Amino acid sequence: MRLGSGTFAACCVVIEVLGVALFLRGFFPAPVRSSSRTEHQAEPPAPEPSAGASSNWTKLPPPLFRKVVIMLIDGLRDDFVFGSKGVKYMPYTTYLVEKGASHSFVAEAKLPTVTMPRIKALMTGSLPGFIDVVRNLNSPALLEDNVITQAKAAGKRMIFYGDETWVKLFPKHFVEYDGTTSFFVSDYTEVDDNVTRHLDKVLQRGDWDVLILHYLGLDHIGHVSGPSSPLIGHKLREMDSILMKIHTSLLSEERETLVPNLLVLCGDHGMSETGGHGASSVEELNTALMLISSAFERKPGDIRRPKHVQQTDLAATLAIGLGLPIPANSVGSLLFPTVEGRPVREQLRFLHLNAVQLSKLLQENAPSYKKEPGFEQFKMSERLHGNWIRLYLEENNSEVLFNLGAKVRRQYLDALRTLSLSLSRQVAQYDIYSMLVGTVMVLEVLALLLLSIPQALNNKAELEVPLWSPVFSLLFYLTFLVLSALHVIVCTSAESSCYFCGLSWLTAGGVMVLISALLCAVMSALAEMFAGGKFLSKNPAHPKAQWSELDVLILLGTMGHMLSLGASSFIEEEHQTWYFLVNTLCLALCHEIYRNCFLRDDCEPQPCSHVEEGFVSTAAALRDRSTCCNVLEPHRVSKNPTALDTLRGYEKWMVLASPWVILTCCRLLRSLNQTGVQWAHRPDLGHWLASSDHKAELSVLAALSLIVIFALVQRRCSLTSKVAMALGLLGVYCYRAAIGNVLFPWQRDSKDISKGVIEARFVHVFVLGILFTGTKDLLKSQVIAADFTIKTVGLWEIYSGLVLLAALLFRPHNLPVLVFSLLIQTIMTKFIWKPLRHDAAEITIMHYWFGQAFFYFQGNSNNIATVDISAGFVGLDTYMEVPAVFLTAFATFAGPVLWASHLVSFLSSETSSGSALSHACFCYALICSFPVSAYIVLVTSLRYHLFIWSVFSPKLLYEGMHILITAAVCVFFTAMDQTNTQS
Amino acid sequence: MKNTDIKRLLYTHLLCIFSIILSIFIPSFFLENFSILETHLTWLCICSVFVTAVNLVLYLVVKPNASSKRSSLSYKVTRFLKCCIYFLMSCFFFHVIFVLYGAPLIELVLETFLFAVILSTFTTVPCLCLLGPNLKAWLRVFSRNGVTSIWENSLQITTISSFIGTWLGAFPIPLDWERPWQVWPISCTLGATFGYVAGLVISPLWIYWNRKQLTYKNN
Ligand SMILES: [Zn+2]
Ligand SMILES: [Zn+2]
Repeated sequence: MRLGSGTFAACCVVIEVLGVALFLRGFFPAPVRSSSRTEHQAEPPAPEPSAGASSNWTKLPPPLFRKVVIMLIDGLRDDFVFGSKGVKYMPYTTYLVEKGASHSFVAEAKLPTVTMPRIKALMTGSLPGFIDVVRNLNSPALLEDNVITQAKAAGKRMIFYGDETWVKLFPKHFVEYDGTTSFFVSDYTEVDDNVTRHLDKVLQRGDWDVLILHYLGLDHIGHVSGPSSPLIGHKLREMDSILMKIHTSLLSEERETLVPNLLVLCGDHGMSETGGHGASSVEELNTALMLISSAFERKPGDIRRPKHVQQTDLAATLAIGLGLPIPANSVGSLLFPTVEGRPVREQLRFLHLNAVQLSKLLQENAPSYKKEPGFEQFKMSERLHGNWIRLYLEENNSEVLFNLGAKVRRQYLDALRTLSLSLSRQVAQYDIYSMLVGTVMVLEVLALLLLSIPQALNNKAELEVPLWSPVFSLLFYLTFLVLSALHVIVCTSAESSCYFCGLSWLTAGGVMVLISALLCAVMSALAEMFAGGKFLSKNPAHPKAQWSELDVLILLGTMGHMLSLGASSFIEEEHQTWYFLVNTLCLALCHEIYRNCFLRDDCEPQPCSHVEEGFVSTAAALRDRSTCCNVLEPHRVSKNPTALDTLRGYEKWMVLASPWVILTCCRLLRSLNQTGVQWAHRPDLGHWLASSDHKAELSVLAALSLIVIFALVQRRCSLTSKVAMALGLLGVYCYRAAIGNVLFPWQRDSKDISKGVIEARFVHVFVLGILFTGTKDLLKSQVIAADFTIKTVGLWEIYSGLVLLAALLFRPHNLPVLVFSLLIQTIMTKFIWKPLRHDAAEITIMHYWFGQAFFYFQGNSNNIATVDISAGFVGLDTYMEVPAVFLTAFATFAGPVLWASHLVSFLSSETSSGSALSHACFCYALICSFPVSAYIVLVTSLRYHLFIWSVFSPKLLYEGMHILITAAVCVFFTAMDQTNTQS
Repeated sequence: MKNTDIKRLLYTHLLCIFSIILSIFIPSFFLENFSILETHLTWLCICSVFVTAVNLVLYLVVKPNASSKRSSLSYKVTRFLKCCIYFLMSCFFFHVIFVLYGAPLIELVLETFLFAVILSTFTTVPCLCLLGPNLKAWLRVFSRNGVTSIWENSLQITTISSFIGTWLGAFPIPLDWERPWQVWPISCTLGATFGYVAGLVISPLWIYWNRKQLTYKNN
């Protein structure tokens, strides 16, 4: 089958996306689940164990508390309550911690430290998988067994105020609720006032059992200005007064009813030193947890230090406190201090219930549960417990009873701890089979791409894909049979519960066919290459191609970057790698320019290949690549040495200065956003601009940037899109002014902050308009096929539409990133690529490198916390999944996408050869699939690394997203290429 | 292309390496608690002085470019002054490049500048000795197939290997090993030194092995 190399590359990347998706599905393990989820309600609670004597306690124990108030403060780090900040700003809470009837804990959250998974963990007691981060944007209803559902089934009346996420997780559970959206991060008063305004009314009423309050303000302050901002103190003081209000109200009610109530103060996750969350620093993991109730009476002098517990322990404790069955998937153990005041028999009953639940979960998730130490401990304590009950029912000697009781309790607590620990460890189990299938697919595609380099980069940009002949070959059927047999064996073996086996047989068969076909294609390509290699080596007239320094640098840089992905620090600081490479690239370009400028006449290399001779031996293996890469630029230097001569005086100076201008731009951008981990806390321009004191400076900068963007973009647009662009950029400024980021000159202070929906939609309309004009031009160029410039204009318009969208979505302090990106593109086009006549492959790779660097210049990192979710809500009233995800993805990957689309428009406008675009597409696909394939293999081998969750997994998600975007870009390339060839 | 030339090249290079080794050990006799890592800046100064001195002496003794005619004293003085200016300029140039590569702009200025000085010592000083203050000649030597003698060839190799060493020396900085030598600019200066030494060792050997293929325009 004959394919253009662009089409071929696009197909390869699409297959690669499938492989990566399969790998991701296998890599992010499904959380520990109880299979008996549905019939759990009907299941009777475990009866009290008893040796011989029959116990009369078979029902669930009654609730310990009449009312429960859960006050969840988003981002409540432990030291905000127990540290110096707590003492300073939360006097009432500190009093309760030190002297009041309360138990305080430092609850350790697990990764990912993002709100929705943490709410799930608090309410179900289970550990949601890492993949929940991705679903954080659209939280579907929680189907897992949890405290809220249990409470609803038990007829409790619940009220909720606060973060909307809860309402989405528990859609029909609350008798009354008021959700506030958490996506306007800059607002930290209204979100909390929305919760507090209901409080007086609700506390007076007595018609509820559970009240849940989720305060978002603290977290928002953290995101905007960090944990050391003075605003934190104000917010903590406000929270303290609210806590006091709730507590006094509960106490006064208790005086009438004489039944204790429970007030829970907790945080969902902490806050890193920069104010974000999502990763695994101690500050993000440790949250405050306080249980306050008059049942926890304490004598004077009884000092209780905050103990370290797991966040998941709260679910079991709440269930026991409310007299509910413990959620089936909970891996937490009861916080024992809460039941310490109860009689011994009740204490043991609670512990037993918890241990039964945990051991059942263990049975369902670990095949060899009988050998687990926790299970053995549990069996032992259950036996002892039975003895204790018998003695108790026989009303035996109280001394013996007391001692035995203490022993049983200790045993139970040990068993609970061990069980909980081994269950938490269960989560980290990988679905190796799916991962393997995905990896094989990706690697086969990569091999195919590598092997087809010589053909794909030839002048015709077409290649023979050896697909049909091998499909009917013996090898294909053999491979298919072997794979199917393997599939059957793996999937029918006892303990596997993998995703790939869960697929229907047809789908799995399809994947098998794909894998074996790819294998055959790789094999035949290999065979062909060997045959070709023999032919070439026999042919002495084969021209020697030279590697320019730039080619060497590009190859080494790609390799080096791939290798660097194996170290966690290099992943955390990947931006440094790219900045470094881009700088070196600029210096190499500089060298090339200067050599071409000054040495052109006197030192044209004589045919003295002696120095190369030495390299040839070492680079013999690479020579094949070098020849094919340089086929289309046969002796660039010697062929057109006068490229720089044609330039006029000032242009020559600009050519000489351009690398330095670019380097300076990169240096400025680098100090705009500090990212990564080690140097993220350094002061940077972005924070300085974003702080509220420098609003005037920010406004001037934003306005200037928008003007420069217009000046740089408009030069190649048609008149309509010029006007649309101007209006759109004006709309961007209005939008930023409306949401209070920047000021109009006539506006002294920002009083009325709105969501800016109208302004943003105004800009959206122009974006769509420009994109539509561009598409129309492209279609016209295809139909009429008369005018080449129409197509160029159309591509540029699509590019400028994307620029406008990026300008809308970028935070105002990031607008210079866009400006510099446009500036560098303009300079490189005019003064480097055109005069030096680089070939399509080199230009593609330079675009890719700059795109990657700009990804980090924007302030992104390989950490989930730096994703700017607020970009997904620009111009939207309510949460809408598809546009929100699209906008967020575009805002995050704006750098690479803009550079890629610039590449398309540059190549189709500048180069005369028709094959440039398909060469570029092929190179882009190749250079993007290198890191992702390497990373998949690396991550598989490092899957038990300490930092697998905090460093490697987020990067894997980024890589998955990146390959998806690459696929989109390649398909776009191919579409453009098709129109090119047809016209 | 005589073997004696290569031998002379080897001896001069061995002397350069010896001067670096001396700069590590001699100061510890005179200075209290001297070590490369802790009193790094002192070592940088001493090393650069030693290497410069050895280079100058070798240049005067060996006289690799024999073509230089007898010329007046004033010419020599201006030439020397020009060389000094070139050296200073190259220091500032390297400093600027380090800043462009991401070195802090204001803090650690002295460290960055001394790093620029030592890199200039390893690269610019031999260039000045061999080629004189002649930028065009420099560009010629550092482009493909531009060398005209084994001295220039070895200069090319040592200079490029010093640059590569510096370049590679930046890699350990982001790693979280918390070693004292990961602090800016120690790893880079060490990388430059290792690169320079490696270049000094490699270039005579490489020239020796390739002596059959190497034919220079002038010879
Ligand atoms: Zn949160
Ligand atoms: Zn948050």
